[in-house]
Amino acid sequence: MIENLANRDVSQSQADASSSEPVVVFEDVSITFDVKPVLQNISFAVHRGETRIILGPAGGGKSVLIKLVDGLIRPDSGVIRVFGEDVTKMRERDLFKLRGRIGMVFQESALFDSLTVEDNVAYRLHEDHVPEEEAHSRVVEALQFVELEQTIAKFPPELSGGMRRRVSIARAIISSPDLILYDSPTGGLDPITSTTIVELVVKQRDVSHTTALMITHRLQDAFLLARNRFNSKTGKVEPIPNGGIDDSTKFLVLNEGKVVFDGTTHELVHSTDPWLKDYLA
Amino acid sequence: MPFVSPEIFAKQRIAAIQDYSVLSWRAVVNLFSRPRYWADVYTQMDSIGVGSMPIVVLTGFFTGCVLALQSATSLQAFGSVSLTGNLVALSMVKELGPVLTGLMVSGRNASGMASELGSMKVTEQIDAMRALGTDPVRKLVTPRLYATIFMLFFLTILSDAFGIAGGALVSVALLGLNASSYFHNSYRALAYGDIVQGLTKPLFSGFIIATVGCYFGMNTKGGTQGVGRSTTQAVVVSSVFIIIVDLLVTRAMIGIFGR
Repeated sequence: MIENLANRDVSQSQADASSSEPVVVFEDVSITFDVKPVLQNISFAVHRGETRIILGPAGGGKSVLIKLVDGLIRPDSGVIRVFGEDVTKMRERDLFKLRGRIGMVFQESALFDSLTVEDNVAYRLHEDHVPEEEAHSRVVEALQFVELEQTIAKFPPELSGGMRRRVSIARAIISSPDLILYDSPTGGLDPITSTTIVELVVKQRDVSHTTALMITHRLQDAFLLARNRFNSKTGKVEPIPNGGIDDSTKFLVLNEGKVVFDGTTHELVHSTDPWLKDYLA
Repeated sequence: MPFVSPEIFAKQRIAAIQDYSVLSWRAVVNLFSRPRYWADVYTQMDSIGVGSMPIVVLTGFFTGCVLALQSATSLQAFGSVSLTGNLVALSMVKELGPVLTGLMVSGRNASGMASELGSMKVTEQIDAMRALGTDPVRKLVTPRLYATIFMLFFLTILSDAFGIAGGALVSVALLGLNASSYFHNSYRALAYGDIVQGLTKPLFSGFIIATVGCYFGMNTKGGTQGVGRSTTQAVVVSSVFIIIVDLLVTRAMIGIFGR
C-alpha cells in the first residue's frame, strides 16, 4: 500500500521538480480583524518537498496564516503565491480548482458529521465522479495509511478525537495533493495520541515527499518531526541515527502576528534571540 | 450588549443586506451552471416537502374548520350561512392557505436550515467544504432554495384542499349545511385570478424561507449560542418577510386581476 502511495506521489514529485519556484510565497502580508492586527508584514517561502513547522504561542495568527494559504480568507495587503498563482486576486471559482491540489487537516478535524468515514474520506473523489469501486479501494488505502480501516462504516461522532484527526488526514491525502496544510493536528490531544498523529505526518513526509505546512504549539511534536524518519522496511517511525535532523523540515516561529524566526532546525536551536531562547526553554 | 454608534449600526445593516442579496443571487444562478447537486435537491425535497406534510395538513384542516365556524357566526346575522363555502374557499385559497403554510414551513425549515448550516459553520465544516474544492452555496444553499420553492407550491395546494375539507366537515356536521351545496358554492366562488394569487405567494415564501434560513446559517458566529441565535433570527425574519411580501403580492394581484 505504502509503495502504491509512494509510486503515485514520486511520479508527481518528479513532474513538479522541474519547477524551482517555491510552492508557497508570502510577501509582506498583513491582516487585521476589527481593529486588532493579526498578522503584520509576514514574508517567507516554502520550497518544494519542504515541511514547514509553524510554531508560536496561542493567538499568534498561525491558523489565520494557514487559512490564507488555502485562500479561505484574504489578506488586507501583501501577496500570497501558491504554485505560482496569486491567491489574493483569484476568484473563488478559480480557487476551488487550486484547492484540488491542496489537502487540509483542520484543527477540530471538520469532518462532515452526517456522512460516514468512507464518504468523508471519499468526498473529493465523489466530487470528481471517480467510479465507486475505485473510490472505495482508494478510501481503504488511505484509511490503512492512518491505520483506521476498521472505522470505514462509522460516523465521526462515534470516533475519538485522535481517530477523527487521523480520518481527517486520510481525507486530506486521498487525492495525493501537492501541498498539505495541517492546522494544529495535535491540538487538544493527549501526548500518546499526539505522537501517533505526528508519526503519521512523518510517514506522509517521507513516503510521498509532499510539501507541507504544519502548525503546532507543542515543541515536542515539532522536534519529533525534525528528528525522526519513517523506515519503509520496518514500517515504523524511528529516530534519525547519530542525532541527525531531517533536512526538509524547517521552522517558522510567529509571535503576536510577526515572524520571529525563519530557518532550519539547527539555526533554531542555536538562535541567540532572547525571546526565542525563552520560548524554547 | 454593547451599544454601537448609529453609523456603525447602519453600515452593518447595509452590509447584511448586501451579503443576503449576493447569497440569494448566487443560489439562484448556480442552477444554470455545473456542477448541479440533484441528489441534494431530491433529499431536501423529501425533507422539506414530505417532512412538512403533517403540520401543513393539520394546520390547513383545522384552519378551515375554525374559518367555517367563525364565518357562519357572522353570516348568520345576514341570513347567509349558505355562503360559508364561498368564504372558506376564498380565504383559504387566496390568503390563509399560502400564508399559514409559509409560516409553518418557515418555523420548521428556516430554523432547520439555520441550525444545520450554523452548526457546520461553527465546526469549520463549511470551510472544510471550500478547502475540498466545493462551493458551499452551490452544494448547500441552491438545493434548499429550489426544493423549498417547488415543494411549498404543492404544500399550499394541499393546505387549501384540506382547509376546504375541514370547512366542509364543520359546515355539514355542525352547521347542518348540505355538502353538495357547500362544495358547489366553494367552486363557484373561486376565479382564475384567485388561484393565481394563491399559488404565486408560495413561490415568494419559499424563496424567503430558504434564503433567510441559509443566510443566517452561513453567517453564524459564536459557537452553540450563535447557532441558537441564528435559528431564532431565521424564523423571526422569514416570518415577518413572508407577511410583508404577502401584502405586496396581494396588492399587485388585485391590480392585475381586479380582485
